[in-house]
Amino acid sequence: MQAIYILWLRELKRYTRSRAQILASLGQPLLYLLVLGFGLGPVFQKAGNGSYLQFMAPGVIGMTVLFSSVFSGIALLWDRQFGFLKETLVAPVPRLQIMIGRTCGAATTAMIQGLLVTVVTLIAGFRPVNLAMVPLALLFLALVAVVFSGLGTAIGSSMKDMQAFPLVMNFLMLPIFFLSGALFPLTNLPKALSIVTSLDPLAYGVDGLRSALIAQSHFGAVLDLAVLGCVAVVLLGLGAWRFSKIEI
Amino acid sequence: MIRVRNLVKKFGDLTAVSDVSFAVAAGEIFAFLGPNGAGKTTTIKMLTTLMRPSGGAIEIDGLDPEAKQHEVRKRFGIVFQDPSLDQDLTAMENMELHGVLYHVPRKVRRERTERLLKLFELWDRRDAFVKTFSGGMKRRLEIARGFLHTPKILFLDEPTLGLDPQSRNQLWTHVKNVNQTEGTTVFLTTHYMDEADRVAQRIAVIDHGKIVAIGTSAELKAQTQRETLEEAFLALTGTAIRDETAGSADQMRQVARAWGR
Repeated sequence: MQAIYILWLRELKRYTRSRAQILASLGQPLLYLLVLGFGLGPVFQKAGNGSYLQFMAPGVIGMTVLFSSVFSGIALLWDRQFGFLKETLVAPVPRLQIMIGRTCGAATTAMIQGLLVTVVTLIAGFRPVNLAMVPLALLFLALVAVVFSGLGTAIGSSMKDMQAFPLVMNFLMLPIFFLSGALFPLTNLPKALSIVTSLDPLAYGVDGLRSALIAQSHFGAVLDLAVLGCVAVVLLGLGAWRFSKIEI
Repeated sequence: MIRVRNLVKKFGDLTAVSDVSFAVAAGEIFAFLGPNGAGKTTTIKMLTTLMRPSGGAIEIDGLDPEAKQHEVRKRFGIVFQDPSLDQDLTAMENMELHGVLYHVPRKVRRERTERLLKLFELWDRRDAFVKTFSGGMKRRLEIARGFLHTPKILFLDEPTLGLDPQSRNQLWTHVKNVNQTEGTTVFLTTHYMDEADRVAQRIAVIDHGKIVAIGTSAELKAQTQRETLEEAFLALTGTAIRDETAGSADQMRQVARAWGR
């Protein structure tokens, strides 16, 4: 337990100490929120879907947690290159505990990042419809963070260096983001697209956030929870397995 | 304490370690000498569960590192050749993290951390981030950290690389001390012949992944009919200079440096 805690704490310390990075990672969500939010707002409204800012704010929050948790999972690679990873790998602590400590740390920092962006959306004019549902929104936020930290750890454990990173970015993360329905409603999509979006775990995360924050849901909150829970178990298992196989 | 039989490690076509056999007794100080790329670090990685051998058998305190990873990890401590500190933490935090991972009780942890940081003259800088340290200071911190817990076996992979003579002296005194008072078995690699001569009870010379000679310093000198260990070493391994190809890790470090990480 102590080992998990100290590794979790390490992730948190590293996060809070990199203020410039925190600030920089607010840039992208801000851009989406302001440019798309206000740029596409009038069209969205004319189509009879209400406020686009209201609609996309949960999506931007989900996006933030996605990127931030996968990146902190992949940060494993920096530890590999700078050598700190081997210090933890030879320690008399089961690798599962080391993986859990790191992944919890990654998920926690991703959640903090998501909350920061939530504050930004509130300033921009986003208003949750029912404050009583905020705990549910937090639960969804946490689930998304855990799912994608697990994925990040699995990827980070399988790569030797950062060379494959653009591949991961362009063929995994961006599709996950764009197919999640963070930016557009999932209703009335062409059949093929609708199938692909229903395979995207983030779609359930964003949908869950929407059901909690703006009382709109495509899949239904119960299905969202169930899918995210299952995917979390699978990806954490995958991450743990890949992590246990690391050789330096 | 350490028993290695016909150990082999291949990376594709390259055989880094080829058919190496040796044994280290409990309480012994044993040195691995060899030119760059001879297979020293690869052997240590296999002994310390960081890498799986391609063939052969290893026993650490009677246990197979492949099958009983966790049990084996409880038995050794290691000072790595290349950096393994967390640069974004302070010296204290690095020590603390290591102490927790190695289950050193809090009180002992505090006490030993203070003693070791003072011994290696880092106490005044204990709350500074490691990334602000000079190369020598980082090296000293790695070594201090290696002594925080008291393992049965201590692996030292070129521990004195980049250390000044004072710190080097401090290190070897401490190693001998731990060896005598705690009975710790020490397995070390080094480039400095005088150190091996001074500290190690037995020496194995390894070249191109094979052990070319093994014995006490006196035995090696007698075998090659040379005056000093350095001459004996050159007689055994030749005078050609070896190049190690830069691994992806090294390339990455360069990129990272360029990006200011």
